[in-house]
This record gives sequence, C-alpha cells and structure tokens, in this order.
Amino acid sequence: MASNGEGTAGLYKDTLLAGLWRENPVFRLLLGMCPTLAVTAAVKPALTMGCCVIFVLVCSNIVVSLMRNLLRPHLRILMFTLTIATFVTIADLFLKAFQPEMSAALGPYVPLIIVNCIIICRAEACASKNGIAVSVIDAIGMGTGFTLILCALAGVRELLSTGKLFEASVMPDWFVPWAAMGMPVGAFVTLGLMLGLANIVTGKKD
Amino acid sequence: METLNVLLMGFISVVLINNLVFTKFLGICPYLGVSGRIDMAFGMGLAVTFVVTLSGTLTWMIDNWILMQFGLEVTRYVCFILVIAGAVQLVEMYLRKFFPPLYDSFGIFLPLITTNCAILGLCLFLNLWEIDSLVEAVVRSFGAGIGFTMAICIMAGIRENLEMADVPVCLKGAPITLITAGLLTLAFMGFAGMIR
Repeated sequence: MASNGEGTAGLYKDTLLAGLWRENPVFRLLLGMCPTLAVTAAVKPALTMGCCVIFVLVCSNIVVSLMRNLLRPHLRILMFTLTIATFVTIADLFLKAFQPEMSAALGPYVPLIIVNCIIICRAEACASKNGIAVSVIDAIGMGTGFTLILCALAGVRELLSTGKLFEASVMPDWFVPWAAMGMPVGAFVTLGLMLGLANIVTGKKD
Repeated sequence: METLNVLLMGFISVVLINNLVFTKFLGICPYLGVSGRIDMAFGMGLAVTFVVTLSGTLTWMIDNWILMQFGLEVTRYVCFILVIAGAVQLVEMYLRKFFPPLYDSFGIFLPLITTNCAILGLCLFLNLWEIDSLVEAVVRSFGAGIGFTMAICIMAGIRENLEMADVPVCLKGAPITLITAGLLTLAFMGFAGMIR
C-alpha cells in the first residue's frame, strides 16, 4: 500500500473504479447471476436487492478484514459463509419489519444473498488480504457496480414488459407491452444482449 | 393411492414446471460455467443431486422438528448453510475414501457446490411451499436435483454444437449462452399447463 496521502487516495479511487466498470462483478467477472436474473422484472425490487447486497458486502468485508489474521486456511470459507449468513439475516429481518411488501416480492432471493458468489469472492480476493479502508471501498465499488447493472437490466425489462418505469407510465399509448420480457426468457436474453453490448464497447476481440 | 399421486405430482412439478434453473434462476453459475462438456455436466449434476437430496432432507427435519418447535426461525439461514457445508464436506470425504476415481473427476466442483444457489434455494423453497411430510420433502429435493441435471445436460449438449456455429464476435462465450438459455426457458414454459 502506498505510504503518502496522495498515493493512498489514488489507490482508493482505483479500487472504487475497478468495481464500477473495469472489474464489474456482473459484466466482467460473471458473478452473482442468479439474483441478477431473478429480481430484475421491475426496478424497485432490483434497487432493494442492490441495497441489501451493498449492506451485506460492506459489513462482511469489514468483519473479514478484521479477522483476516486469525483465519485458518481450511476453515476460511466456512467463516466467510457464517459471517455473511449473519448479516443477511439482519438485512432480511430489517426488510420484513420495514418493507413487508418488498420482502414478500423478493421472497427467497434475499436469503440467497448468502450464496451470492460476489460476496464470497470479495471476501476471499480483497478483504482477507487488505486493511479495513480498502475493503470497505472495494465493497462499495463492487456493490454499486452490481446495483447499477441490476437497475439497468430491470429498467429495460420493466419498460418493455409493462411500459412503466418505477410503476409510472412513460410509454406512449400505442405501445404494446412485451409480456415475454417479464418472464424468465426476457431476463436471459436481455442480459445476454447487454453483455454483448458491453463487449462491443470495451472492444473485446478474440 | 392419494399419497402416491401427490408425490408424483410434486416430483413432476419440480422437475419440469418449477425447474430451479429455468423458472427460479437458481444454480446459474455452474450452469454457465461448467456446461461446456456433456460428461462433466453430468458428473456435476449427479453430485448436486446427491447433495441436494441429503441437505434438503436434513434441513427440512431441522426446520420442522427443531427450529419451529422452539421458535428459533431467526437462525434458519445460518443453520441451513451450516448443514449444506457439512453435507458437502461429508460427501467429499466419503468419495475420497471409497471412490477415488470419481473424486478426482469431480475435482473443484465438489467444494463449489456449497455455494450453489440451487441447494440453499431448494431448502428455502421447501419451507415456502409448506411441505408437511418428510417423504414429500425427500421426493421434491431429489426431483430438484434431477431437474438441475437435466437442465445442465441439455445446455451442455447445445453448447458442444454451438462451438461450431458462426456467432457474432461480440456475443461469443457467455452472452450467446445466456440467449440460448433464454430460448430454452421459453421451450420449458410449454410444460406450465401440465398441472392445474
């Protein structure tokens, strides 16, 4: 880690940007696909899901970073999963108490954050090797990157499947909703096309 | 006869209609990552089937006989993930001791099963579907595993042929796989009317 102030700030900025685009969990690393596909039928659940993931990611990165010197290699993954499960339980209870409708709509996908590969991947690749500051910034970057993709995908799907955005009509009257966009097929195909688009933008050639 | 009917319906429903991969988006990561070759996909499917049956049964028993009896539902997720991790560890040790060739062929997939969302997802769905008999829980867990194996094998078969197809450069790899998966779910929607 760089010692002077400017170098540290540069490292923080770099870590943050890595999560947002260069190593974006969904587009670049293909992690956390299940919730990406499952909760993106509309923007609101997608945003809620994104916030839950950011919360769990930040908290688990802090805890893992704090106990990184105490971990034994073979018990590592188990400890990660237990830490994550604890914070997911907190997030789930919070949603049930304050956002009961959202909680019902998301159903089992909130507890499924436990096995979201993004969180374990960040715990393993970042938090277990770095100090708290870098871990938190990495968590925020990755979480925000994930949420942005989730919302973009959900935006496209909600717009095309119902003609609405945030449950408010935005499309002209002649627009015929594409029912298929709200179904599983819409999720898979839209994400596939978005990945293709990201490949064109970044000029991937192989 | 009545029970048998319920069990059969439950099995078919979880294999075809509520297939975890196609309708619940669970287990997508191995589905995209592993399904390049059909023999590996089949091995992965079998391993998942075994673990999902074991952990589905165990978590149902723990959930219904311990957690709900004592009002400990808050600890449900932590318990479930512990049971699954334990089951995977058990399977791993058993295979390594008694079936070394099989163990070698599974390789890295076995530990990865712990973080396969299909397994935790099924344990949570068993609770959500309000399954109230142990036999039904076992049958449904087994069905979920079979459904996963079927999905991952179909996908592997398609992808083996996709290698030879002329796909636009930007869609190569994951994007075209996702689009193919989308078309597959469309095909499986045809089963939706089979029960009720």
